[in-house]
Amino acid sequence: MTRLRLLLLQVLVAVVLIGIWHFGSTVKLPAGILSAKSIYLLDPFFFSTPLAVFERTWRDFYTGVIWYHLGITLLETALAFAIGALGGVLVGFWFARQQMLAAVFDPYVKMANALPRVVLAPIFALWLGLGIWSKVALGVTLVFFIVFFNVYQGVKEVSPTVLANARMLGMSERQLMRHVYWPSALTWMFSSLHTAVGFALVGAVVGEYLGSAAGLGYRIHQAEGVFDVTGVFSGMLVLAIFVIIIDAVVTAIEKRLTVWRPTSAGHS
Amino acid sequence: MGDAHDAALGARAGRSDRAVALSGIRITFPSRDAEPFTAVEDVDLSVADGEFVAIVGPTGCGKSTLLNATAGLLTPSAGTVAIFGEPLSGLNRRAGYLFQAEALFPWKTALENVAIGLEVAGTASAQARQRASDWLTRVGLGAFTGRYPHQLSGGQRKRVGLAQVLIRDPKILLMDEPFGPLDAQTRQIMGNMLLDLWNAERKAVMFVTHDLEEAIALADRVVIMGAGPAARIIGEWRVALPRPRDISEIRLEPAFHALHKEIWSALRDEVMKGYRQAEQAA
Repeated sequence: MTRLRLLLLQVLVAVVLIGIWHFGSTVKLPAGILSAKSIYLLDPFFFSTPLAVFERTWRDFYTGVIWYHLGITLLETALAFAIGALGGVLVGFWFARQQMLAAVFDPYVKMANALPRVVLAPIFALWLGLGIWSKVALGVTLVFFIVFFNVYQGVKEVSPTVLANARMLGMSERQLMRHVYWPSALTWMFSSLHTAVGFALVGAVVGEYLGSAAGLGYRIHQAEGVFDVTGVFSGMLVLAIFVIIIDAVVTAIEKRLTVWRPTSAGHS
Repeated sequence: MGDAHDAALGARAGRSDRAVALSGIRITFPSRDAEPFTAVEDVDLSVADGEFVAIVGPTGCGKSTLLNATAGLLTPSAGTVAIFGEPLSGLNRRAGYLFQAEALFPWKTALENVAIGLEVAGTASAQARQRASDWLTRVGLGAFTGRYPHQLSGGQRKRVGLAQVLIRDPKILLMDEPFGPLDAQTRQIMGNMLLDLWNAERKAVMFVTHDLEEAIALADRVVIMGAGPAARIIGEWRVALPRPRDISEIRLEPAFHALHKEIWSALRDEVMKGYRQAEQAA
């Protein structure tokens, strides 16, 4: 399939879905088909209309209100990702090289990872206040584990032959770290990069939703509070555009850093 | 100065000409659910400095295990490994090892893969890269320095591996079925290249293979191992064919055929024994 055709089909999906939404929320069915009264298939009070959502989104960008909130969410996402990834890499490395430590902490790591993070949000809000840091903390708890498990795996699954070869070539422990373990762990980390960045954003938005004074999650929550469905959908639309852009950036970084891999698209 | 030092040590041990001396080697692997597995037993083998020895045996006879013991990657359960007269402890710093499986660093280019052996020893990066580039040219890959391993063919990767090992100028070269996965033509080309490089600076070589023809074509001496477990050396033959050799031509010599026939009759019984054991186990 050619790229152009793929793109056309992708656009077609959006057009059809939005078309159905538009039709259902603007065209009244005549009385007597589904009910005695004349009704909308998708009541605009509950579903808003595509045009209203686009118009609101455009106005938010045009007047500039949304930029501040976007900036806050982006900052929280970036901080959550940076701190979580750094912690995950360090601890992952440390555990993989210290089997005893990994064995001792194994049940606790599993316990902590299985905990639904949403329940932590109120605690972080209590500890760190309603500013950005409680959201960053929530994102970190999500990102950390993904990166941690991948780095741990990456260090443990270095090919024994490559390792033996490195030893025979005279590498010291430190050189093994730099030339063998580190690149191997990085490849595993990159294969989880999309998920990790996505989770950093989830942490930020959920944190904002549950209690804050700024950010996209806050905007959505505010709109919901006054039954402003258009505002909710507009917030979701902005979030979706935001995610697509971040994903494209991550893909570009990944391509640059893993040129040596046979097919970087093979991993998911 | 290093050579004088080596000679002095060798003279004290009285075996300066023996690059590798294995004596009474037994290697046993612990096994969780069964008896401990003995791979090789009672192996005595020595390789003179500058000698090319090929070790041939049926699959699973512990040939690679012997190489690993010589490399210092594993410690024998019994017996001693001596390198130029000194007992080996830890890794064998004088050996270069060309592995059977893929051993290049996939995240480094061909040039970086070859240069790394010098860089870790403290050579300045620019100089290491210059020499790596020279070595890649020597193995016929001068135009491929910037390629990553996955962008090279199997034969090209083996050449990079050879350059990676030889750039450190090891006194002993350990090769574990290095050309095993290659097609027949590439194997001959690689074999001739190996002989050229070895002729230029004679190193002690331990070359493991399951291909008897390859062993005779390359080596000064062919050592035959019996079927495992607890494999032993069951015979060795000196290959008196003249050097320099061309692998594809030497196979046509009558002397080659005579030797091949003689060794094969001994090896065949062991191969059949290996088959029978495998069948009984299954």
